[in-house]
Amino acid sequence: MSLEVQKQHDTLIVRVCGEFDLRAADYCRRDIDQKLKTQGAKHILFNLGGVTFIDSSGLGVILGRYRKVTENGGKVAISNVPPRVTRILELSGITRLIPVYANESLALKELA
Amino acid sequence: MRLRNRMKLEFLSRPENVSLARVAVATFATEVDFNLSDLEEIKVAVSEAVSNAIVHGYEGKPTGTVLLTATLYQNELEIVIEDRGRGIADLARALQPGTSSDPERMGLGFVFMKSFMDEVDVWSEAGQGTRVKLVKTLPGELRAQNLAES
Repeated sequence: MSLEVQKQHDTLIVRVCGEFDLRAADYCRRDIDQKLKTQGAKHILFNLGGVTFIDSSGLGVILGRYRKVTENGGKVAISNVPPRVTRILELSGITRLIPVYANESLALKELA
Repeated sequence: MRLRNRMKLEFLSRPENVSLARVAVATFATEVDFNLSDLEEIKVAVSEAVSNAIVHGYEGKPTGTVLLTATLYQNELEIVIEDRGRGIADLARALQPGTSSDPERMGLGFVFMKSFMDEVDVWSEAGQGTRVKLVKTLPGELRAQNLAES
């Protein structure tokens, strides 16, 4: 599993690749929280385009960041969801809290 | 029920073994032509049960033992995941959606297991451990074929 994190204006873009499960969760949580702090971003965009597997541990990382960011007045969005991830996102109810966009540019437009 | 195949896997309660468990079960299940969507669902259910054993059963300690048994019967795949961890004192509550002892986990583990498998049975006792049985019925056509052959 790998994470690519890039700041664009007020948004931290988090591109997740590989299996987003319990093994990845701790590292992702720490890395994203540290970068949120050091780079001073307000919003987070999760690009899930490279995710090959996700379960409730991976979803927990997204939800945990959502709680943290919205407490400080920021927003969270998700983009590039692969078909195999769509069903589990919908079943989890996370899509009722966090908007999902087809690609990064559409999401960034909404977060701006 | 006629036994077709069985495998047992014993591993330490380390997060990297969650992937090992789900890939092993998915590989085992390919023998009976589950479709890709079924295999994805089986992988999520196994991942949730094994993650629960590690995070809740052994409270994140990497030295516990998780035992996984996958059995292929004529009509179904049965997966049993067992730990000898702390167990669940209030099982009825733990099975409710949104219940988690960890604020970052969503309490969705059992929701996914129940949604993706045809049967989920949980046995647990405080201080004794937890045993989760997951059953996925074989795809209809194959089940009919097996019945005709038997």
